[in-house]
Amino acid sequence: MIHFVLLISRQGKVRLTKWYSPYTQKERTKVIRELSGLILNRGPKLCNFVEWRGYKVVYKRYASLYFCMCIDQDDNELEILEIIHHFVEILDRYFGSVCELDLIFNFHKAYYILDELLIAGELQESSKKTVARLIAAQDSLVEAAKEQASSISNMIAQATK
Amino acid sequence: MNPFSSGTRLRDMIRAIRACKTAAEERAVIRKECAAIRAAISEDDQEYRHRNLAKLMFIHMLGYPTHFGQMECLKLIASPGFPEKRIGYLGLMLLLDERQEVLMLVTNSIKQDLNHTNQYIVGLALCALGNICSAEMARDLAPEVERLLQFRDPNVRKKAALCTIRIIKKVPDLAENFITPAVALLKEKHHGVLLTGVQLCTDLSKVSTEALEYFKKKSIDGLVKVLRDLANSPYSPEYDISGITDPFLHIRLLKFLRVLGQGDVDASDTMNDILAQVATKTEANKNAGNAILYECVATIMSIEDNGGLRVLAVNILGRFLSSRDNNIRYVALNMLMKAITLDSQAVQRHRATILECVKDSDASIRKRALELVYLLVNENNVKSLTKELIDYLEVSDQEFKGDLTAKICSIVEKFSPEKRWYIDQMLKVLSEAGNCVKDDVWHALIVVITNAPNLHGYTVRSLYKAVQTAGEQETLIRVAVWCIGEYGDLLISNAGVLDVENPITVTEADAVDVVEAALGRYSSDLTTRAMCLIALLKLSSRFPSCSKRINDIVRHHKGSFVLELQQRAIEFNSIIEKHQKIRSALVERMPVLDEATFSGRRAGSVPAAVSTSQGDPPKIPNGVAKPTSAPLVDLLDLSSDDIAAPASSGGDFLQDLLGVDVSPVSSQGTNQTQKSGTDVLLDLLSIGTPPAQSSSSALDILSSSQDNKSSVDVLGKLAPSPSAQASTPVGNSSVMDLLGGFGTSQSVPVTNGPAFPAIVAFESSSLKVTFSFSKEPASPQTTLIEAQFMNKSPDVYSNFIFQAAVPKFLQLHLDPASSNTLPASGNGSISQKLRVSNSQHGKKSLVMRVRINYKVNDKDVLEEGQISNFPRDL
Repeated sequence: MIHFVLLISRQGKVRLTKWYSPYTQKERTKVIRELSGLILNRGPKLCNFVEWRGYKVVYKRYASLYFCMCIDQDDNELEILEIIHHFVEILDRYFGSVCELDLIFNFHKAYYILDELLIAGELQESSKKTVARLIAAQDSLVEAAKEQASSISNMIAQATK
Repeated sequence: MNPFSSGTRLRDMIRAIRACKTAAEERAVIRKECAAIRAAISEDDQEYRHRNLAKLMFIHMLGYPTHFGQMECLKLIASPGFPEKRIGYLGLMLLLDERQEVLMLVTNSIKQDLNHTNQYIVGLALCALGNICSAEMARDLAPEVERLLQFRDPNVRKKAALCTIRIIKKVPDLAENFITPAVALLKEKHHGVLLTGVQLCTDLSKVSTEALEYFKKKSIDGLVKVLRDLANSPYSPEYDISGITDPFLHIRLLKFLRVLGQGDVDASDTMNDILAQVATKTEANKNAGNAILYECVATIMSIEDNGGLRVLAVNILGRFLSSRDNNIRYVALNMLMKAITLDSQAVQRHRATILECVKDSDASIRKRALELVYLLVNENNVKSLTKELIDYLEVSDQEFKGDLTAKICSIVEKFSPEKRWYIDQMLKVLSEAGNCVKDDVWHALIVVITNAPNLHGYTVRSLYKAVQTAGEQETLIRVAVWCIGEYGDLLISNAGVLDVENPITVTEADAVDVVEAALGRYSSDLTTRAMCLIALLKLSSRFPSCSKRINDIVRHHKGSFVLELQQRAIEFNSIIEKHQKIRSALVERMPVLDEATFSGRRAGSVPAAVSTSQGDPPKIPNGVAKPTSAPLVDLLDLSSDDIAAPASSGGDFLQDLLGVDVSPVSSQGTNQTQKSGTDVLLDLLSIGTPPAQSSSSALDILSSSQDNKSSVDVLGKLAPSPSAQASTPVGNSSVMDLLGGFGTSQSVPVTNGPAFPAIVAFESSSLKVTFSFSKEPASPQTTLIEAQFMNKSPDVYSNFIFQAAVPKFLQLHLDPASSNTLPASGNGSISQKLRVSNSQHGKKSLVMRVRINYKVNDKDVLEEGQISNFPRDL
């Protein structure tokens, strides 16, 4: 299973963290610090796997962002690379050629997408289209609720004028 | 709107934070935002609750504390609208983890949402449950999840399936409830459901044998068919990844088949064909295809034997290994480790390639390859492989040297065909990376050297040469110094020259030079320096011409600030100056160290204590706990693993002589006489002197587990302070005194009496208090005092109370007194036990103030006094 997902920028800033195994807040900070030191310092031509505390961390760099996933020793590293790419493609489709800024300002949306992709550290959906459809449906639910709220507040505002 | 309550939008806050140039600025912005959010929370602001939580999540990601927002998540989850719930659940997963108590409060909300009519809300609840549920929640909500496995919408079913995985991992007992609904998922057409269903069944089989048996019986044929259909399916754009339809599903199916086929011949037979098809037909030019092949190979390796398939699998790995993609090579090495137990011949064929991988620039690949090489070594290829690895050691990265050295040493020790080869290889390793070598490795080397009498001369000459070129490697220096001390004469005389050697001329002064240089080296640590002093002592006898010079060097260290060195220097100096007669006997060559005992101990198995026959010194297994009648004195071992009680009497001085530890056994005073000096000192390089009774744990020190650092090491990791304490004899006699008496009294009986004389602590006209002392061997700081009170007057004392006070560096514990009535005229006494711990043990003596209350003839009497006549060193 995937124990956690990290998105770290090249400067070592955390852009997204998702923990599927219990880590205390303190451990989380430590893990992030350790791994960013380990991964950011690796050369460009090296393999995408780092052995760390008896686990393996599979990482892949997309532009300025490192996508890291921590897995068990006997998990399939190559598949994780595929999952990372799958995630990136969905983000790309959702934001329209995604960049780091999208993930900073719309970090919650990145989380929503990840939650449609992984649960309990396991892959949930292998179709990009399905994920996109589910996210769009939920976004429109939010929009509808917002419109309703604003029309109500308009009505109240007019009524109280 | 209140400008201080959540005035800024999320986007603006992120902008403001990003605009900060310094960490201090960022903290200020965050502090302001947090204050506003707290204010909003305390006002119970509804309108902006979800925006505040979103801000908190961002702040949380930056690493600031956000615990105050946890309850807000619960409120949002409990609110009716979808947008609030969505952000609430996200906050719940981000800000909390399964150990927090707050989580219990959310169980009810989740339960309601699992039963919600809106499928997206059900999805949110399932997702949160799957990601953070605790065992309690798993128990409470399992029935809801079980029901949702049959929900009409496939997207809810797949979430429920993954949620179930979390539940059965938390509470394996629940697994059996889920077997039937899980099997139903395997028949689904929807890829998401099938994918998660297969994963769920795999995990169920891992936690429940019942499930495993059930799946073996019912579902293998179905799974094989699904995999065949998938592998042969035409192009489907929705699931296609680089020409392969749904590689994720492929991989999960292969993984599940692996679980089912393990140890089951029939099941393995059923899946042979499809595995062969996947292994041969899958395109290997893209990562997705390789991922499938990799998984397929893993499955072939794990299921029951089928020769043909295994050949296919090893061939795939061979292709992987020669790939130019580092990732592929990495997984190949990984998988070959597993293959080696099945077919080591096939793996041996790739030895050259694997050896190349050890030299890769990628640390992950190097590490894997090194481990694989380690498994590949056997008697036939050890020489060539070791040569390759040692050659590489010269050029490898500094941080890789540690791993590499450990592995080389391990290989050399395990497979060495002959002693000279072993010594040669070890010297090479020590010269290249002596600083990375673990203690037990060079200890073992010394044992081997002592056991090869015909190689003594060769070894000491090689070491002499090696030190000239690689003088900065600590462990090389240690071994060299040790050997020069022992076999210095062979170095000079060129005795036993092998025909492969280039003869060298070394003078006595040259040999002393090496040791002196090592002693004076800035980076030498205490162990090395202490070993140097011993080597010098030995050389002073072997090289009479240098005796004067050596004495000067030793004398120079009498002023050392390091207690251990100072003490040794003082002792050795007096041996050189005052005890010429016995010196040569004292510093005789070490008896051969028994290899079997040593290796036995390294492996953790300790032979029963061997009885010592004094007439036959070479047979004395080195350092084996000996009967107490022959207390060990060992020059090298300075550590006293059990901080022994100070020697029970001055007569034990032999044990203390050279700063050696005294095991409790010998200090208990059961030994009758000391043996003659030479006999006792025979064991110059003894390995620890653990007490005879508790040999197993203490002797485990050489067990190959190298992280066992706390134990005493073979040649004595120096533990200066305890040994200093242990060797400080009781009160009145100093080390020098002992040495003075050394020549004359060789056997002194040891009395069994108390170590410290009793004192009269307090005496007045009416009362006498005596203290007697004892110590527990394990804790020298603690003194047990037994106080005896005696009434000197003709009247009975009643209500007798004794009180005592001590300064801060002491700790006092008073046990209840035996009575509170003290009979008249010394016709009986009261005794009371005290326990004093001295935190400044060895530096300050005990001191105590006492106060005694009693009634005599119905009159209260108070007596006070100070006790400062305690024996020293309590």
